[in-house]
Amino acid sequence: MNKLQAETLSGVATKKKSKEPVVEITNLRKGFGQQEVLKNISLQLFTGENLVVLGKSGSGKSVLIKCVVGLLNPEGGKVEVLGQNVSTLTRETLGELRKKIGFLFQSGALYDSMTVKQNLEFPLKRIKKDLTEKEREEKITEVLENVGLADAMYKMPSQLSGGMRKRISLARTIVVDPMIMLYDEPTTGLDPITSDEISSLINEVQGKYKTSSIIITHDIKCAQNTANRMVMLHEGEVYMEGKLADYEHSTDPFIQAFFK
Amino acid sequence: MKKIDPAFKIKGFATKQSVRLSEKTLAKTEKAGNYLTDLADVVLFLGKVFRETFSRDFEFKEFLRQCFQIGYKSLPLISITGAIMGIVLTIQSRPVLVNFGAVTLLPGMVAISLIREMGPVITGLICAGKIGSGMGAELGSMKVTEQIDAMEVSSTNPIRFLVVTRILAATLMIPLLILYADALGIFGSWAGANLKGDVSFVLFFSQAFSHVTFMDLFPAVIKSFFFGAVIGTVGCYQGYNAGRGTESVGKAANSAVVLASLLVIIVDVVAVQITDMLRS
Ligand SMILES: Nc1ncnc2c1ncn2[C@@H]1O[C@H](COP(=O)(O)OP(=O)(O)OP(=O)(O)O)[C@@H](O)[C@H]1O
Ligand SMILES: [Mg+2]
Repeated sequence: MNKLQAETLSGVATKKKSKEPVVEITNLRKGFGQQEVLKNISLQLFTGENLVVLGKSGSGKSVLIKCVVGLLNPEGGKVEVLGQNVSTLTRETLGELRKKIGFLFQSGALYDSMTVKQNLEFPLKRIKKDLTEKEREEKITEVLENVGLADAMYKMPSQLSGGMRKRISLARTIVVDPMIMLYDEPTTGLDPITSDEISSLINEVQGKYKTSSIIITHDIKCAQNTANRMVMLHEGEVYMEGKLADYEHSTDPFIQAFFK
Repeated sequence: MKKIDPAFKIKGFATKQSVRLSEKTLAKTEKAGNYLTDLADVVLFLGKVFRETFSRDFEFKEFLRQCFQIGYKSLPLISITGAIMGIVLTIQSRPVLVNFGAVTLLPGMVAISLIREMGPVITGLICAGKIGSGMGAELGSMKVTEQIDAMEVSSTNPIRFLVVTRILAATLMIPLLILYADALGIFGSWAGANLKGDVSFVLFFSQAFSHVTFMDLFPAVIKSFFFGAVIGTVGCYQGYNAGRGTESVGKAANSAVVLASLLVIIVDVVAVQITDMLRS
């Protein structure tokens, strides 16, 4: 599949869904010094869908979602979340907007001076201020059970394995029921069984709270399990966009290399 | 520096030599530019900290935790150095005073030098090492492992939560540590004086404090607050602005200690000048 075809395909996709996008990225450009990472990215995330973003390591996937949540400032183009242009917001409005966004860091980013419970309490206390102590406790237990780590409640992050950290980090992200979820490689480094569990957890979150998610992954199985639509990044641009089947039947060697 | 003829470039005759030269110039201007952007960074950082210090939602719990970390956890180190400072000062100055037949002045002299200078500066330098490096390393590793970003996306202002609390805790606790070191120093001095002759504790203390005036203590306390603020700010700045990669954590801790120690000494010089002017 060449670029032109991919573009027409995405045109069809947008026409089919006349819904308002929750995240709209137009002509996004971002680099670091001399290095151009994202050259021209345009994509949309619609209400209630799981959008999987694929791409080689270093292709700027993490940079892309960091621009969405305003951790990085784009050099050109526009990122709109729920109709608001992220880079022009004041600190306060950006803070309010971020309460609706969940962000799973690739590295986990657990607070290592806090226990697992305190890690989960941290966003909960700040984003869902009206919860009582008891409700918070229940919520934390529920989410920890969902990721299969209810017994790790009082451990420190340093006492957890890599995969466990990843799952606690996921728990910390979903504990506040965000409207938009940005998962940066949720299943990397996990065994196939846990990986499947995480994939179904992602689907469960989507079904239960009508969450719209961007899922970055290298894990084709996870992509197959969760994707409603997929975008492939290559050399700073959207290389292909479409449904899982489009990718699987693609004759493009680059795409085939991904799906084998 | 040799100038490169622009014509060379235009004609595409640029030899390797000239290319290297131009790269050198570029690197140099970049370096000069870096200092300027660094300075701008510092000013920007201070501005943010200042604004957040007076914001409504003060992170009181974290502030208390930091006070505990900075104050209580430094007590053993400060106790030992404070006491030794007093002992050493006494042992060293005693023979000189004996020569002048002025041993009775010993307690007063030690007390004044401890309160005015030795206590604040030595404790300040030790705190720069312990607390400054601690903050640099902690915030640096939080930065590198994206914990600071994670705070930001949970709509918590990391400057307010991490930096303001630490700077305020340091500003409050370091003067207390310094006063504590002064007290232990005087106690150590009494112990040192006791090595050579029997002096009662009460007598020693009353002799010591009969020489100490308000103008000895007050400027020293004010100076200590500045030491605290400087140590906290430098530690947090270096940590908060650590680069990417684990190696920058070490760098942040290291430069926090170096810069904080240097600034403690510079603040001291300035403070001494000002107090001197006020005294005369
Ligand atoms: N803060 C930054 N400063 C400088 N360069 C950066 C920064 N963040 C990312 N980069 C660079 O941008 C490029 C893309 O990084 P990114 O983390 O987005 O890759 P990725 O697609 O997520 O890869 P992976 O699948 O390995 O996580 C990399 O070359 C990286 O060096
Ligand atoms: Mg990444």
